[in-house]
Amino acid sequence: MNSLIAAIEAPFLKTNLPDFRVGDSVKVFVKIREGGKERTQGYEGVIIKIRGATIGKTITVRRVFQGVGIERVFLIHSPRVEKITIQRRGDVKRSKLYYLRARTGKATRIKEKVTPKTKSTPEAKNTQTPVSVS
Amino acid sequence: MTIGLQGKKIGMTTIFNEEGLALPVTVVQLGENVVTAKLTKSKNGYEAIQTGGFLVKEKKLNKCDLGHLKQTQTKPVKPLKEFRVDDTSKFELGAKLNVEEFLKEGIKVDVFGRSIGKGFQGTIKRYHAGRGPMSHGSKFHRSMGSIGAGTTPGRVFRGLHMPGQMGNVNVCAKHLTLVKVDLEKQVLLIKGSVPGCEGGLVVVKASRLNWNK
Repeated sequence: MNSLIAAIEAPFLKTNLPDFRVGDSVKVFVKIREGGKERTQGYEGVIIKIRGATIGKTITVRRVFQGVGIERVFLIHSPRVEKITIQRRGDVKRSKLYYLRARTGKATRIKEKVTPKTKSTPEAKNTQTPVSVS
Repeated sequence: MTIGLQGKKIGMTTIFNEEGLALPVTVVQLGENVVTAKLTKSKNGYEAIQTGGFLVKEKKLNKCDLGHLKQTQTKPVKPLKEFRVDDTSKFELGAKLNVEEFLKEGIKVDVFGRSIGKGFQGTIKRYHAGRGPMSHGSKFHRSMGSIGAGTTPGRVFRGLHMPGQMGNVNVCAKHLTLVKVDLEKQVLLIKGSVPGCEGGLVVVKASRLNWNK
């Protein structure tokens, strides 16, 4: 990317984002404006897609609400997205979890990623390397 | 009568405004914009100033351009463009144009550039014409249909949409919002897209007065 464009984007980029992956269950806190008032709403679900890079990076979060599947796309560097917390790590073999759309009930469950407690320090290092690169 | 500033299209990106909404913006790097000549009514028939866009090495200019610039004691600049003004006396030869004077954040601007060339194209891509079925025995796919009636009028109307060169023409994108003017970096952020390829020359002018009040 052009260095000038990178310099323009730099002040908008968030540095405190957690290292989330596709398959993780996350809670996204979004600022909503209602009649002049601003409040924060949490939106919980599974990340089924991560797209783009730098300022245009988005995540698609899917949840089933009252039997209806809802997918919301969040521009993660947007000031409207206040905070993202990881609820549960998922172990998946795809980068896009579109297959979840065709599934209902128990079939939508995702295996939890198990990280050995004793080796937590090197593991944590490994997961953090892609963050520093991006 | 408005003076345009020459710049280079860098590319597009997104920024967020105060409300947290994402804005698509084009980044334009402004050039040197040096006044290289003054044209007067008595000598040239009209009042105008000539500006040079970007500083270049001397060897990049031919002798007639270099001679012209030496006459007015200005640095080697390229390309040269003329802008009509009412009064040339307030401009100084060899001085850079003051960006703040012509462009302010929030105003509407017109951006001139040369659009990306698409080559020789048919009517479907060039004018959004419809096409025939591609299968089921159809032999009419993407070609033009009829170009008019028979004996009356007995000719083809002028300006009929036909295949031909598409793009690589001078285009003006009007009424775009100037989101940000960064004087330190000499960069403009213009909402939306502007004509031309990345690295291409663009001229940014303030839009006509009643759009900017």
